[in-house]
Amino acid sequence: MHKLKEWNASAVAEVLEFRGEITVVVPKEQIFAVAQYLATEPALRFSLLSDITTVDNFPLEPRFEVLYHLVSIDRRDRIRLKVRLAGKDPSIASVTPVWPTANWHERESFDLFGILFPGHPDLKRILMPDDWEGFPLRKDYPTEGYR
Amino acid sequence: MSTSIETPIGTQQTMVLNMGPQHPSTHGVLRVMLELDGETVVKAESVIGYLHTGIEKSLESKTYSQGITLTDRVDYLAPLSNNLGYCLAVEKILGIEVPKRAQYIRVLLAELTRCASHLVWLGTHAIDLGAMTVFLYSFREREEILKIFEYLSGQRMMTSYFRIGGLALEPPSDWLERVQRVVDYLPAHIDEYETLLTKNKIWLARTVGVGNLSANDAIAWGCTGPLLRASGVAYDVRKAFPYSSYDEFDFNVQTQTAGDCYARYQVRVAEIRESLKIVKQAMARIPADGPFRAEIPGIIPPSREEMKASIEGLIYHFKIFTEGFTPPVGEVYQAIESPRGELGYFIRSDGSHKPYRVKMRTPSFVNLQILPELAIGRLISDVVACIGTTDIVLGEVDR
Repeated sequence: MHKLKEWNASAVAEVLEFRGEITVVVPKEQIFAVAQYLATEPALRFSLLSDITTVDNFPLEPRFEVLYHLVSIDRRDRIRLKVRLAGKDPSIASVTPVWPTANWHERESFDLFGILFPGHPDLKRILMPDDWEGFPLRKDYPTEGYR
Repeated sequence: MSTSIETPIGTQQTMVLNMGPQHPSTHGVLRVMLELDGETVVKAESVIGYLHTGIEKSLESKTYSQGITLTDRVDYLAPLSNNLGYCLAVEKILGIEVPKRAQYIRVLLAELTRCASHLVWLGTHAIDLGAMTVFLYSFREREEILKIFEYLSGQRMMTSYFRIGGLALEPPSDWLERVQRVVDYLPAHIDEYETLLTKNKIWLARTVGVGNLSANDAIAWGCTGPLLRASGVAYDVRKAFPYSSYDEFDFNVQTQTAGDCYARYQVRVAEIRESLKIVKQAMARIPADGPFRAEIPGIIPPSREEMKASIEGLIYHFKIFTEGFTPPVGEVYQAIESPRGELGYFIRSDGSHKPYRVKMRTPSFVNLQILPELAIGRLISDVVACIGTTDIVLGEVDR
């Protein structure tokens, strides 16, 4: 996290810590550069993308938070990146070129929350049927569904 | 459901074959679209979502304690594993300490669950490839482990035996004798399965060199668990980020280097033996008496005697069971090593008695992504071996 600041101070908007876990808030435009840096920098080597999670903060703005959980296997280190997205047309660059595993994680975020990932090879629904309307995990979608 | 395989029938040399969602070898409701040139797979695409029940959404409308029963159903072959991950995540948010006795019992049960899960994997993988005897034997062994779970919690599979702060119930006084019986006879049976499979020419022909996965590919595709360890990367969450006193136990991370189905078989069988080692150590460490659950008024419900004897106990009991406890605002990610890989629970709390967001990072969902990498260029029969070797559970994939 310090190295990240050294490399590009504008990439680190905020650093949060809770229960021993570090979260770095990254501005939306910087996420791809930050991802590449964290994955390839020899001193950091966050080679494993463990998870991409989305949280819906409706009705607060910015509405969506996309969280990337990274693991450095040989350094035994974890870090979380957080990107805040506005509720209207949420979209963020896909990190599949850096970590191919992001493919299905991003499809899931698209399917359940409606976040778009420009640069994703094949963005389509993954868990819900293809003709489903609506994004089920959003807070304004009822738990029982619409039928 | 639309896929990227849309070859019109009759115009090309290749044929599109649909495997599943109802198929004995897909280990659940998995649909794999295969484009075949003769018997060789040209393209493969997994279509999932047939078992999606919206568990993450349901967890947002239940209190933290009520959510434990939902987590059992995610990876239904290793339910105690899921319980452990969820309870650890909630305990992390709360910042509470679990008594050592409960931690050791949790370790013991988690390792027994790993044995049970690997036995199911071994049996089903073997029967997919034609070795039917192993299936019957491994399920017979698993019965004994399920009987232990039933003795402790009343349930064979969906135990929900762990609670926030420890265990649900005091274990019966002689349960360790039953565990000892399993520990005593299981290694000999594992040796028996190895005589049936490990040097069997047919088994070798069907698994050696099939589904090769290099270490770099495995990491790039996010694979964890035996998939990653069979390609030579010694990443085990129990060693890398120890939880629940795992750092006090002495065990080895099993790896192989070949990265094919046979290597994954070797890793999983070795892990069963390693788990029994941990179970023996845990049995020696569990103190004979002590609390099985933390005692924190306001968060952990008081015991029945206390609830009936004191007014504070009654009030706490009432508040906790009607409304639920409220953790501080924050978010945590707690990962454990489930039999399939890294199982992570991300919980965001907004200070109310229901979680704001629970995300389950399930290993099967991530591991299933590499199926095209493993299967393309190989024969249809190898696809069955590749699906089996990823050890997926569709409840985990779809949630």
